[in-house]
Amino acid sequence: MQVELQDIHKFFGPVKANAGISLQFEGSKVYGLLGENGAGKSTLMKILSGYQPADRGQIILDSKPTYFVSPANALTQGIGMVYQDPLDIPPLRVIDNYLLAKDKKLILNYQAAKKEMKDLLSKYNFDVDPDYLIESLSLGQRQQLELVRLLSGGAELLILDEPTTGISAEQKEVLFDSIRRLAYDEGKTVILVSHKLDEVQELCDYAYVLRQGKLVGGIKVPCPNERLVEMMFGQIPVREVRPDHELGKTVLELKNLSIETPRLTVQNINLEVKSGEVFGLAGLEGSGQKLLLQACAGLLRPSQGNLLLQDEEITNWSYHHRQQAGVAYLAAGRLEEGLVAGLSITEHIVLAQPKHDFLVDWRAARDITTERIKTYQIVGRPDSTADQLSGGNQQRLLFSLLNSPLKLLLLEHPTRGLDIRSTDWIWGLLNERRKDGTAILFMSADLDEVIERSDRIAVLSGGVMSRIVNAKETTVDELGHLIGGQA
Amino acid sequence: MNFKQSIRWFWPIIPILGALIFTAVLLILFGASPLEAAQSMWRGAFGDQSKTLSVLAFWIPLLLSSVGLLVTFTAGLWNIGVEGQIVMGAIAASWVALKFPGPQFLLIPLEIMAAMLAAALWAGLTAILKTRGGVHEIFGGLALNNLAIILTNYLISGPWQPPEGGTFRGTQPFQAAALLPRFAESRFSPISFVFAVIAFGLIILALRGTVWGLKLRALGKNPRSAFLLGVSSEREAILAMMFCGALAGLGGAVRVLSWFDSLRQSISGGIGFLALLVVMLASFRMFWVPLIALFFSAVLNGSISLQLRTQLHSSLGGVLTGVLVLFMLLFGNPGVLRIGKRSKEEVRDER
Amino acid sequence: MSDELIRQLASILLQSSPLIIAVSGETITERVGVINLSVDGTMMMAAMTGFVVGLKTDSLLYGFLAAAIVGAIMALLVAFGSFRLKQNQVAIGFVLTLLGDDLSAFLGQNYTRIPGPVVKHLPIPVLKDIPIIGPIFFNQDLVVYFAIVLIFLTWWYLNRTQPGLHLRSVGERPEASFARGINVNRLRYIYTIVGGGLIGIAGAAYSLDVKLGWSDGHTRGLGWIALAIVIFGGWSPVRGALGAILFGATKALATVLQRTFPEVSVVAFNSIPWLLMIFVLLTVGSEFTERLILLMPKPMRGPMSRALRVSPPMALGTTFENE
Repeated sequence: MQVELQDIHKFFGPVKANAGISLQFEGSKVYGLLGENGAGKSTLMKILSGYQPADRGQIILDSKPTYFVSPANALTQGIGMVYQDPLDIPPLRVIDNYLLAKDKKLILNYQAAKKEMKDLLSKYNFDVDPDYLIESLSLGQRQQLELVRLLSGGAELLILDEPTTGISAEQKEVLFDSIRRLAYDEGKTVILVSHKLDEVQELCDYAYVLRQGKLVGGIKVPCPNERLVEMMFGQIPVREVRPDHELGKTVLELKNLSIETPRLTVQNINLEVKSGEVFGLAGLEGSGQKLLLQACAGLLRPSQGNLLLQDEEITNWSYHHRQQAGVAYLAAGRLEEGLVAGLSITEHIVLAQPKHDFLVDWRAARDITTERIKTYQIVGRPDSTADQLSGGNQQRLLFSLLNSPLKLLLLEHPTRGLDIRSTDWIWGLLNERRKDGTAILFMSADLDEVIERSDRIAVLSGGVMSRIVNAKETTVDELGHLIGGQA
Repeated sequence: MNFKQSIRWFWPIIPILGALIFTAVLLILFGASPLEAAQSMWRGAFGDQSKTLSVLAFWIPLLLSSVGLLVTFTAGLWNIGVEGQIVMGAIAASWVALKFPGPQFLLIPLEIMAAMLAAALWAGLTAILKTRGGVHEIFGGLALNNLAIILTNYLISGPWQPPEGGTFRGTQPFQAAALLPRFAESRFSPISFVFAVIAFGLIILALRGTVWGLKLRALGKNPRSAFLLGVSSEREAILAMMFCGALAGLGGAVRVLSWFDSLRQSISGGIGFLALLVVMLASFRMFWVPLIALFFSAVLNGSISLQLRTQLHSSLGGVLTGVLVLFMLLFGNPGVLRIGKRSKEEVRDER
Repeated sequence: MSDELIRQLASILLQSSPLIIAVSGETITERVGVINLSVDGTMMMAAMTGFVVGLKTDSLLYGFLAAAIVGAIMALLVAFGSFRLKQNQVAIGFVLTLLGDDLSAFLGQNYTRIPGPVVKHLPIPVLKDIPIIGPIFFNQDLVVYFAIVLIFLTWWYLNRTQPGLHLRSVGERPEASFARGINVNRLRYIYTIVGGGLIGIAGAAYSLDVKLGWSDGHTRGLGWIALAIVIFGGWSPVRGALGAILFGATKALATVLQRTFPEVSVVAFNSIPWLLMIFVLLTVGSEFTERLILLMPKPMRGPMSRALRVSPPMALGTTFENE
């Protein structure tokens, strides 16, 4: 199938996500779509897969202009997309999820569907039990199911959005094999949306690069990495060298800590984080990193073991007690777990003050807010509400709410969804904190970030913690093996 | 003022008119003239001094409960249990009135404190069932409402029944010293008006000017974020409920000590539910609450005398208030009624 | 099994039938992701309408039909107000509850405490003669048969059919359903209305069968109990029906006890449904149950947790807009 995008425009308010992009894709080829966060890759692919309409421009399939009203409609015309967060239904069984909206018959034929699905799965070396619940599967398995569903729906062009984020090394191999097979044996078109150059080099035949909503150009791959980097960034960015730092005394100590939840048990965690240290937690989504951070914050009660803060036993302290003692926790969902939509910046700052008078002095609060807005470079006014701010500014606001001094800072995906500039700015801020002696424990799905920013790293796999590695001596490969559960 | 602004300003007239038309049609269906009914309702509410005072006397507990509900609504809590909290307040005040002899200046503060305390604890129970037991406050409150009413019936027909035998209707009248001083032989007690004014002022100060009010707002909008920002969600939820309960309990005390002179079977008369409607109609415009409560009080009193005159069921008042709130809720915001964005087909045709 | 016990069980089933129907209706509504909180008011409106129409037309069928239509209209108001007008579902449902109470009292004011049509006893030949089961299940009337069939039909529809799968997916993750070409809001309208119709039928089942006639607030409180049973039933039609029967059984037991111990105040028995409501919601909701489950030996935890813990449809009470 020949697919062409002509002059695609998409605006979100004043933001030009896509500004006149034209591309072509042919059968039997694997394409890479590259660009840094916010370059417009996801928007463009959502348009191509029917999830949202373009504001202007055309999609042409085999030289016929067409229009998609929904993703289902796009699939009937041969285009399917696997999202980073797969569009499946977690509380359903695998087989129900597969059968959903597959045909128009009244009664569900489980036997036939199971057989059909097993055949498809084994064809691509995928391995999922049809009777399992989706929510009990790994992200990699959910991607496999989405692929199978789209293929059985007749997809000729497959879009995979950042498919290797959060899946194990083996699953990545299986996925890449199946992609090659789909393209070269079955004549399908595959588009890999990614910001990881190595993967594009390894897998793709041709790469398109987007920057700030526009197409920079296309290039045959493999090609020199510098070439791609230059296209993506305009120039090769200078990475700041992480300042070396004298580590202090132990701030946080976990002794034989176990956490039990109905889904996952985190076992026997022993680790220490020192004053001024940045400690990274890597692993697949849902391997226990979040549970561990929440246990340290006091949001989850460990079933066993002890937590010590500067040699003081805090295992039974509540979240608010620990907060008073200088522990801070920033969750990943900014507007869900951190900020209150509908409250202004000033009101957030008043709420986050460590000590309160009975009455609010609104004038003084406004002065403090104006000053914080300046220091933290938040684009907004004191009475802008949190939901009016952009993602990066919401993150800045969250950081501006942290009190000083902090003993321990717990971070979940501190830079998820942010552009490079904001990311660097946030890590600059964190480096300031470590100079003041704050110990930082963070988790991230971005292995490069973990390696680049941490002093030491631990990997969690199925609730079990690996040996602790030194960030300066480790590689993405080594971590990849640990993430897959190999010692 | 341009055209658009004036539409927004005058828009609420439309749902109000809708509710009036709906009620008028009902009346016509039952062979009554809407105009005559309106007249007799007006006369029933404000026809003479004693009727006006009745409206005011009914208004006070309604206002107290509504003001309390402002707190729980701000905290995002559906305090449907407010009805039961009124009843518990009435029971506690009756207990003091029946069991303790004493001069008026001691008895009345004691009754009021007992009422506020009992109702606050009853409300706190709903809150704890929610925070500790995972029972949504709608269900917890509803069950506790019914239990409070059942308790009233038990007291009236059992331990507190009048010496001449249980009539299931009420206890014997309280000692004179236990009753609130009333105005001109009416049911209206000026002192209760003072309570209501103080309560209203306090709540406005608490919600607008204190950190506590800010915490409740955060809690109402996003409990999880509020907790992470350092708001103790459990404590504040319990406090908000108890605060509301205390005011509803005060309302209950006013019911037994000035509207009636004894504990009766339907002591609340649905004031709690009516208060929920008042606050929903006001949404977050606090200063409208006293006015709306007064209007509702007039409608309800009017419809009771309508029944006496024309045999039409007094639930007409409830129908009018209910339809009014429903229509305001559904159609009160002109913004969402706009015929909407252009359909997909239209957009496609333009391509 | 003694005749007395069998008679009791048959009576419990009859008493529970309207509740089973209402619980099925609300379960369907909530499984598609909508909270119709107006059950109590809807049932009163429907009970009144069913009775009056049945009386006037002298036709039970028209009575039930009218009740179903009233239920459907009330549900439509919740759906329309929520999806189209973007208002809070809980708020609309609550106002409708209060309004239904007053409006039914007003509209039915000329029909209180008078005799009217009654659903006829209809034993099923042959089946009714099966020992024990026969007299309990097949020596009943059409309302009971409808309730029993409804339990299994709802279960089958939800779990074994393609449209039922659509229904469940919309209540769990509407954006994923949309991606597969399902019209989320249309399904939500349809099933909210169907659920409301069933709640309406449940109301008429009281006024025409189980609790004959009409009076102010005739079924007051029962709608709330139905809502609590839906939660207790973990949004499953079969478990919900068991909850309704359990509730009926407790009430029957209370009546028996009351007869045996007349000295205990009637008050104690009146409070049973409400205490029971708090109790069942506590068992499915509290941290205490969670801890209790964690104390069990490991192999027991799964089944215990499935039996005691429930989780609502993921998208319950939310609204959906594509894009």
